[in-house]
Amino acid sequence: MEIINGYPDYMRESINEVVKTRQARLKKTFTPMTMDERKQVLDKFHPDYKAEGKRSLAIGPNKGKVTLSEVADLLEAHPIISPKDINLSQIDYDVDVLIIGGGGAGTVAALWASNNGTPVDKILIVTKLRHGDSNSMMAQGGIQAADRPQDSPVKHYLDTYGGGHFSNKPELVRRLVTEAPSIIRWHVTRGVLYDRDENGDFMELSGGGTSRDRLHAAKDYTGMEILRCLRDVSRNRKIPVLEFTSVVELLTDGDRVTGAVLYNMENEQYSIIRARATILATGGFGRLHVQNFATTNHYGATADGLVLAYHVGATLRDMDTAQYHPTGAAYPEQLVGLLITEKVRGMGAQPLNIDGKTFVFPLEPRDVEAAAFIRECYGRKKGMVTSTGMSGIWLDSPMIEILRGEGAIEKNLGAMHRMFQRFGIDMRKDPVLVFPTLHYQNGGVEIDVEALTSVEGLFAGGEVEGGVHGKNRLMGNSLLDYNVFGRAAGISASEYAKKTKPGKLSLKHLEKYEKSLKDAGIKTKRRAPILLPEYRGKEALSRSIDIDKVVYA
Amino acid sequence: MPDKVKTKMIRVHIMGKEHLVPEGLTIMKAMEYAGYRFIRGAGCRAGFCGACGTVYRLKGDYKLYFELACQSAAIDGMSLTQLPFVPANKATYTVRLIKETGNPILKFYPEVARCVSCNTCTKACPQQLEVMDYIQAALKNDIEKAAKLSFDCIQCGLCAIRCPAEIAQYHVGQLARRVYGKFVKKSNQLNKRLNETNKGKFNSELDELMKMDKAAIKQKYTERDLESLAKKK
Ligand SMILES: Cc1cc2nc3c(=O)[nH]c(=O)nc-3n(C[C@H](O)[C@H](O)[C@H](O)COP(=O)(O)OP(=O)(O)OC[C@H]3O[C@@H](n4cnc5c(N)ncnc54)[C@H](O)[C@@H]3O)c2cc1C
Ligand code: SF4
Ligand code: SF4
Ligand code: FES
Repeated sequence: MEIINGYPDYMRESINEVVKTRQARLKKTFTPMTMDERKQVLDKFHPDYKAEGKRSLAIGPNKGKVTLSEVADLLEAHPIISPKDINLSQIDYDVDVLIIGGGGAGTVAALWASNNGTPVDKILIVTKLRHGDSNSMMAQGGIQAADRPQDSPVKHYLDTYGGGHFSNKPELVRRLVTEAPSIIRWHVTRGVLYDRDENGDFMELSGGGTSRDRLHAAKDYTGMEILRCLRDVSRNRKIPVLEFTSVVELLTDGDRVTGAVLYNMENEQYSIIRARATILATGGFGRLHVQNFATTNHYGATADGLVLAYHVGATLRDMDTAQYHPTGAAYPEQLVGLLITEKVRGMGAQPLNIDGKTFVFPLEPRDVEAAAFIRECYGRKKGMVTSTGMSGIWLDSPMIEILRGEGAIEKNLGAMHRMFQRFGIDMRKDPVLVFPTLHYQNGGVEIDVEALTSVEGLFAGGEVEGGVHGKNRLMGNSLLDYNVFGRAAGISASEYAKKTKPGKLSLKHLEKYEKSLKDAGIKTKRRAPILLPEYRGKEALSRSIDIDKVVYA
Repeated sequence: MPDKVKTKMIRVHIMGKEHLVPEGLTIMKAMEYAGYRFIRGAGCRAGFCGACGTVYRLKGDYKLYFELACQSAAIDGMSLTQLPFVPANKATYTVRLIKETGNPILKFYPEVARCVSCNTCTKACPQQLEVMDYIQAALKNDIEKAAKLSFDCIQCGLCAIRCPAEIAQYHVGQLARRVYGKFVKKSNQLNKRLNETNKGKFNSELDELMKMDKAAIKQKYTERDLESLAKKK
C-alpha cells in the first residue's frame, strides 16, 4: 500500500473524484431538507432513534422515563462509598459555595459568586484533573450571540427552540439568548481575543441550524481562548482550587444538599466538605462511549454529575438523547473520533460521498446532518471505507481556500490544520475523512431559570444541566450556556449561602438509594460515579462500531 | 474496499521499561495499552490542554524530541517520559489597572530580560510556535506581536523546562494576550445591541414566542430565511 501525502492509494482514487466535481460544486449547494425529510432520516438512521439503545429507569425521580442505556447503567448502580466507611464528624473544608468541576461553568460560577460578594476564601472549586482540563478547553468553532443588526435575540430563540425539536424549557432559552451579548462584552473586557474585522466588529459565521451568522470565534481555539483567560482572572483573584480531586457523593441534611465527600485521585484519601450552597459544574458524558461511538470529549467526561444529583433525588430531563457531532475524524486511525469543527463547513467545505457527490445541505442541525452521514455510509453504502473498516464522508476542505482565499485555513483553522499535518495530511490541498462522533449531553439535571435544581441547596450550570437545549443542542450554544447558567448558578448560590446556615451532614440518602435498588430487584456489581474511563490493555484500541448491527439494523 | 491489514507490534520504552504495543497508536494510547492508567498526563486527549507533554529519543539518534502524547504516534524503538507538570510561578495582576505606559510584561516578569535568544524554546514547542520571537517581542514591548505569536499556545510548559534563562514563556504569553485585549477596537454593533436589550427592545416579541402554541411556532420556524443560503444565491 503506497501512501501519498498521508493517504493510501485506495483513498486517492476517491479523492480524485472529489477533485473532479469541485469546480461545479463551488457555486451550488444542496437544498436543505423539509421537516418531513428530516424526520425520515432521523427515524431511520440517528442512533438516538433506536429503541435498543435506551430503557426505562427503574428507580428514582425519573422512574419510568426512557434513558440512554449507558446512563441508566450508572443510575442503576451502587454508590462507590458506603456510609459506614466515611467519618462525617471531621470537617476538612468549610465553605459558603462549593463548586464541583473546574471547567467553564465552574470557573464562571466561582467568578460570579465572588462578584456577588462571597469572600474568595469561602469559595472552593474541586476538580477531577487540572483546573481547565475540560470540554470547555476544547471548543473550536465558536459561541453564539445575536449582536449583528440583521440578527436578534428573537431569531436566536427561534433557532435554538426549533433546533431542540421544541422540547427546550422556553424560559431557559430566553435567558440564554437575551444574556448572550452581555457575555461577549464580559469576555472582551477581560481580554478574550475574538476574531474581528477592521471596524472592531466580530467576524461571525453560521453554524448548523442557525438562521444568521452568529458564531463568535477565536480562530479555532475559541474554547481555549475563553477559558484560559477566565482561569487567569480566577487565579489572579486567588480563588481556591483543589485539583485531582473528585466529588464522589453529595451530603444532605435529609432535604437539602449541605456538602460533599471528596476523593483525592492521587493519594486515594477521602475528605469532607461542608458547604452552604453547592454548584454542579461537572460537564458531560462523552467518555461513556454511548452505543460504542468514539468521542470528542475530554478524559473526565464520565457523567459523574448526573449520578451525584440522582443520588440526592434531583430530577433529570431529556436523557433519552445524545448529540453526535457529524464530523469526527475517521482517518487516520490516531485521530479517530476527534472533532473537526463545524466551522470547516461554516467556511464552505462540503460533505461528499465516495464518488465526490454532494448528498446533504452542509449545515443542517447536527442530528440531521449526522443521520444523513450514517445513511450515506451504511444505508446507501456510499462511504469511503478505510483499512480499519471505518466508513467515512469526505469534507472538502480545499474549497475553503478557493472561496476565502489562500491562507484562510492556516489563519482560521490552525488547530485543525496542525492536527492533520502531524500525520502528513494537508487539509488545504486534500479533503479530510469524517464520521459522526459522540459529542454532547443534550439533557441533564433539570434547572429553573435561576439555575436551581429540584433539590434545595444544589445549583447547576453547563453541560451537566438539562432543559436549555431540549433534545438537540445547536453549535455555539453550549459555550454560551456555561457562561449564562454558570453565572446564574454562581449568583444564585452566593445569594442562597448568604441567607442560610451550614447544615447537618449525612449520607442517609445512600441507604434510601440502596433500598430502592433492592426493591426494584436490581442485582448488579456496577458502581458509580466512575470518575475515569477504563482504557488499559485492549481498551486502548479504537472502537470499531459495528454500525450494521448496533446503530442501524 | 481495502484488505484489513494485520497490525505490526512495535517496541516502546516507557521510562526505561520495554513494552510491546501495536503500531499506529498515539503515545498516550500506547501507554494505556501497556497498562498505564493516567491521572496526570492526560486531559483533553485532543491537543488542546497541554497536559500530556512528552519527551523522547529515538534509537541511534542523539536528538531530544518534544511532543504531545495524545497527538503523535508511538514509534518503534522510542524511549520516552512524560512531563505532565512544570513548576512555574504565575504573576498576580489586575489587567484593568495596567497602565499603557512602560512595559507591563517586564514589570511582572522581569526575567524576560534574561532571554539569550538561544531558540531552545522554539525547538521544544510541540505546537511549532515561534516562542523565542514572542518572548523577544514582549521584551521590546510589542504586545500585539507577542499576543498573536503566542495565540496557539496550549500551555504545556515544555518550553519553560528547557529555557536557560528560566522564563515561563506561556505565562508571559497569557499576560500579553490579556493586555493586548485592552487595545482592541470596540464593537459598535455589540454596544448597540446591549443598549437595545437593556431597554427591553425584544421583550414583547419574546413574550409572544413563548406564548405561541407548538403548531404556530413550528410554522414560524420553518419559515425562517437562512442567511447562509441567501449568500449562495
Ligand atoms: C471537542 C469539543 C468541541 C466543542 N466545540 C464547541 C463549540 O464550538 N461551541 C460550543 O458552544 N460548544 C462546543 N463544545 C461544547 C462545550 O465545549 C461544552 O459543552 C461546555 O464547554 C461544557 O462546559 P462545562 O463547564 O459544563 O463542562 P466542562 O468544561 O467539561 O467542565 C467540567 C469539569 O468538571 C470536572 N469533573 C467532572 N466530574 C467531576 C467530579 N466528580 N468531581 C470533580 N470534578 C469533576 C471535569 O473534569 C471538568 O473539568 C465542544 C465540546 C467539545 C468536547
Ligand atoms: S509555547 Fe511553550 S507552553 Fe506554549 S505550546 Fe509551545 S512549548 Fe507549550
Ligand atoms: S529558551 Fe529562554 S533564553 Fe532561549 S530563546 Fe527561549 S526564552 Fe530566550
Ligand atoms: S491531553 Fe490535552 S493536549 Fe494532550
